[in-house]
Amino acid sequence: MKLYEGQIRIPSGCAISAVISTGGERMTGKTIIESMKPMHDRSNGLGGGFAGYGIYPEYQDFFALHIFFTDEESRVRCESYLRSTLEIVRSETIPTRTIPEIVDEPLIWRYFVTPLRSVLSSMQVDEREFIARVVMKINTDLSGSYVFSSGKNMGVFKAVGYPEDVGRFYRLEEYEAYCWTAHGRYPTNTPGWWGGAHPFALLDYTIVHNGEISSYDANRRYIEMFGYKCTLQTDTEVIAYIADFLLRKQGLRPEELANVIAAPFWDTIDRKAPEERERLSYLRTVFPSLLITGPFSIILGFEGGLMALNDRLKLRSMVVGEKGDRVYIASEEAAIRVMEPEPDRIWAPAGGEPVIVRVKEGMY
Amino acid sequence: MVHMDAAGIDHAALNEWIRQQEGEVLLTGCCGQRFLAAGMDHRSIRVTGIPGNALGAYLNGARVEVMGNAQDAVGDTMNAGEIIIHGDVGDTAGYAMRGGEIYVEGSAGYRAGIHVKAYENKLPVIVIGGRAGSFLGEYQAGGIILVLGLHTDGKPIVSNFPCTGMHGGKLFLRSKCESILFPKQVSARPASREDLAEIEPYLNKYARLFGADAAALLDSPYTVVTPDSANPYRQMYVAY
Repeated sequence: MKLYEGQIRIPSGCAISAVISTGGERMTGKTIIESMKPMHDRSNGLGGGFAGYGIYPEYQDFFALHIFFTDEESRVRCESYLRSTLEIVRSETIPTRTIPEIVDEPLIWRYFVTPLRSVLSSMQVDEREFIARVVMKINTDLSGSYVFSSGKNMGVFKAVGYPEDVGRFYRLEEYEAYCWTAHGRYPTNTPGWWGGAHPFALLDYTIVHNGEISSYDANRRYIEMFGYKCTLQTDTEVIAYIADFLLRKQGLRPEELANVIAAPFWDTIDRKAPEERERLSYLRTVFPSLLITGPFSIILGFEGGLMALNDRLKLRSMVVGEKGDRVYIASEEAAIRVMEPEPDRIWAPAGGEPVIVRVKEGMY
Repeated sequence: MVHMDAAGIDHAALNEWIRQQEGEVLLTGCCGQRFLAAGMDHRSIRVTGIPGNALGAYLNGARVEVMGNAQDAVGDTMNAGEIIIHGDVGDTAGYAMRGGEIYVEGSAGYRAGIHVKAYENKLPVIVIGGRAGSFLGEYQAGGIILVLGLHTDGKPIVSNFPCTGMHGGKLFLRSKCESILFPKQVSARPASREDLAEIEPYLNKYARLFGADAAALLDSPYTVVTPDSANPYRQMYVAY
């Protein structure tokens, strides 16, 4: 029986989760998948995904491009473009498991690549900038192809479905990562497609997000001046590009990124000590268009660490747990208790207060 | 006392089972199931593990006791009864409640007591043993919110923007609140003997529930916050 509006309530609201080992110990995807189960009702089956860091040690010097293709023709066209600018050292379909919960999958491929040196030197850009441009080119100009992961020694796995099913679909128990992030989606403004599931990624930066940012268009207009193209009309995409812009291009530290996108109110800044007041005022003044308003809790993954952050009003929930060298982050404490029943410490960061966790140098 | 292991059972099935019981109920191993005890008007329900969001939503007379932490929106819109948390609570505890009592042994997250209101003979009461996050008592329209500051992490008894939009009720903080910034539309003053008499029963109950020293709790400086009737929020909420 079909239920119409007014006959059923679907109390969803997205779920995020993460685990990181500061000692760089590798964990299979099993734990992070389990953590999403108690938060099942936060998603509505229209998107789930994971990012794993440290999963491709045998190809750690190569960028791993994960690409969705709508058909064979798109794949052939895209591969021909890739070969014109990159060396492909390995290409394969991403292994999946056929399960009834996940249907209508596109073609899902991965390519381990490195830019051709001759192309790099003639363009006078570094390899990360080059790969970022390749991703933008494919996602904007090559219809039927969508790059959803493009970092080194890391990968995003996402689909339409509930996150625990998406994790099984991609056989994440077969990967080992020092850091995992996860997302269960309840799309608010878009119909929900494989590419629109979280994490959103560019190079090694990935974002999982619970919330709905009201500054999307202001942020998008600003970031598109710097060569980024927001192709999916979904708010999380712009956060991923803001992270890449501020961290990679502008050279900000993650805490400074937090002070830009979740800047304190001016009257809160006014109450700070002089040096801190000047620093926070500087960041708000230089990047006013990158203030993100509206409710969000996000986890930003990057090579060697992650950052969790709430909007400055804290309109979404987020809990952090710690035990030994592990740090756990989730929308709900229940999810953390699944990963670690007895954490040494469990706490909720304040709005705009970044939680930055780094793996020890040399351990990732 | 009847017992149920909640592991792997969804919230609808758990609530259905509770409704079939009488007297005291024990739920063990909860892990994120929402809406537990929602709307229930009798029974006493004890919970171990982590209950999900909106624990005791619309509660109408039942007693709920959690032996650890609880998540967001504890007692959302509750009407009567009591909720006792032997730990911390997440954000928006007591959201829009208009009756009943919530006792939190530890600290509360953001927006505790948002839009609590009194109704006819009903007086909602929220007691928080530790500290409270930002926007404590936002839009408070009635009832009593009491924060005891028994936390030990060195942070202030309440974070930013307490009592924003307050237009009724009373908010008590066991502190002189010298460094707390309140909005212009409320008045904060040291609690009088009459004010303290008003909260004494709730202090006693907190002490009894969690093993604190009631006399010592009472023998402390309190700040009481009420709306400033000469300078109300009307410009913000009424169109002219």
